[in-house]
Amino acid sequence: MTTEAPAFAAGFINNQGPKLITGRFTIEDSFTLKRSLATGGYDGLKKALARPPADVHGEVRDAVLLGRGGAGFPAGVKWGFCPEGVWPRYLVVNGDESEPGTYKDRLLMERDPHQLIEGCLIACYALGLSQCFLYVRGEMALAQERIATALNEAYADGRIGRNIMGTDFSVDIVLHWGAGAYIVGEETALIESLEGNRGMPRLKPPYFPAAIGLYGQPTIVNNVETLANLPWIMNNGAEAYKTMGSETSPGTRLFAVSGHVNRPGVYEVEQGVTTFRDLFYGDNFCQGMRNGNDLKAFIPGGGSAPWFFEEHLDLPLEARPVGAAGSMLGSGAIVVMDHTTDVVKACLRLVRFYARESCGKCAPCREGTTWEEKVLRRIYEGQGRPSDLDLLEDIGDNISPGPYPVASFADQDLEAVPFPPKQTTICPLGPSSVAPISSALRRFRPEFEALITLRDSIAVSAAPIPEDA
Amino acid sequence: MSRFTELNARRAHEIISHYPRARSAIIPLLHLAQEQEGWITNDAMTQIAELTGATAAEVLGTGSFYEMFKFHPVGRYLVNVCTNISCQLLGGEELLEHAETTLGITDGQTSDDGLFTLEDVECVAACTEAPCFTVNYRYFHRATPETFSEVVAELRAGRNPMEKGQQGDRGEIPDHGTLSRTLQHIPADRKAGIVAPEEAAQAPSWMPTETGENA
Repeated sequence: MTTEAPAFAAGFINNQGPKLITGRFTIEDSFTLKRSLATGGYDGLKKALARPPADVHGEVRDAVLLGRGGAGFPAGVKWGFCPEGVWPRYLVVNGDESEPGTYKDRLLMERDPHQLIEGCLIACYALGLSQCFLYVRGEMALAQERIATALNEAYADGRIGRNIMGTDFSVDIVLHWGAGAYIVGEETALIESLEGNRGMPRLKPPYFPAAIGLYGQPTIVNNVETLANLPWIMNNGAEAYKTMGSETSPGTRLFAVSGHVNRPGVYEVEQGVTTFRDLFYGDNFCQGMRNGNDLKAFIPGGGSAPWFFEEHLDLPLEARPVGAAGSMLGSGAIVVMDHTTDVVKACLRLVRFYARESCGKCAPCREGTTWEEKVLRRIYEGQGRPSDLDLLEDIGDNISPGPYPVASFADQDLEAVPFPPKQTTICPLGPSSVAPISSALRRFRPEFEALITLRDSIAVSAAPIPEDA
Repeated sequence: MSRFTELNARRAHEIISHYPRARSAIIPLLHLAQEQEGWITNDAMTQIAELTGATAAEVLGTGSFYEMFKFHPVGRYLVNVCTNISCQLLGGEELLEHAETTLGITDGQTSDDGLFTLEDVECVAACTEAPCFTVNYRYFHRATPETFSEVVAELRAGRNPMEKGQQGDRGEIPDHGTLSRTLQHIPADRKAGIVAPEEAAQAPSWMPTETGENA
């Protein structure tokens, strides 16, 4: 039966699908070591420790566990990028969840910190990582508290630290916490921040910190949800994992559906077999649009993702088809807008976010996002100029040159441009600011034009009174 | 003088001992300073520089990048209202307007009684529970103007409003600056050994060596 979770797991909705990582969410004291152990906690670690490290790595590679932070890169492959014979190696857990629309890692950290710790230990064992840093977003006070308590309990119980569970596997896990900066979710910026610096992304190459990362050492950076899947994979094996989801996106994923649906919430969903339509209208999921309203647009993967519309509802929740259709599943953040939505206002709000959060390292992003916000604001406030829409497209082209990823629109005879966008910047923050503008302009251009025309009509009727009048 | 108290100086050393390089402790130590004083003073930055081998300018350089650090006094309660997309769609901006009226201040300002500072903030990861606001980083989900007013009234009256937070957290709201009310402690006899990277240039004990033998 599909039920809404009690208040202590606010947002989580217990649908009928498999529960790989949310199994303990509805247990009130799920965050304690006692409850974790009573419900199979650390069994996956025990199984991993009985096998050679390379075997554990192989199991994760075979499971095709895709990264859950946004880029969707296979974790097992990323793990393989550590150069041989270079020690020490580190694990950095990316718990800096802050993509607009995203709410899942906070739940995983607050509701089941031991599952995450177990996942960290499995990764450290498999790759010979000598220390793990759990980087939790600064604003998430309760998550920090639950993780600190869980770490203290696990250390005292011999599950972290020296000679874990009586073996020669030894690793320290340290809670680290940020202080409010979206860009720190980018993995090289996360490492800069962990080294005590301003959180600005590093120049690429190297493309992966697995080559050169924290303190110049090989470093694996994995998202919270990615690591939370490891205990299940160790307990049940890659083959069992692959019986769920699709071939290229096995297993389940957490999707946070917010906005104008009847039952917004965080759902654990089998990838590939569920469509956006199922998710928005299904009885087990969001139960339709509020007041039976029409769907205007939806963002399939966080503020940085190009928008989708009615005609994309039958796409499956799976990285590849969504990417080919011109957007991304990103961090599993789906924002639904009904026909009452003012898209110019929504677009301005998203762009303000990127303008505020740009770290300032690359000029196209630092200047471009600010200009985008200014131009959109004057359009929204009725001060727009007829040339402003072209100007917005031009600014976007300076941050992300060439055709920007876009969904196909049957009525405009437009083919989809697949994800990802090109960029003139080090990281994808700048190009992300173009997503809402490009999507909204392509689809709802008349709404922008109407605001600009409105300004002209106001200007005529309210012409300045000459001083000598 | 706003250097660390004796207790916090001990905590500072403990935090530093968790990192292979002391500089990594700069952000956690800035939080500790903010916990003690409610904001970051020049004295605190000077002391953090001494403790981590950085300069005071470097500590300010790092700290000023992050919006949670306040370099001037703020209210006892920092009220953050989210207006990003998911909250905007369900009334986040109207909630912010209501907050401004209720508290008599606008974004970034502190009330005359020093009790509240208000901020219009970016996504706080509670999107399915929109609109939402936080008080000293404690969440209040699915907020209405009424719940906002009630929470403010409780705080003004010195009562604990956490039960309106719907997050399963019934603790008190600590004053601005305190995040986790629990710190991590690594018992000396349990520590695997946190050393500078150059002192750990060997394969760890459980990893097979190239000849296939355990090291």
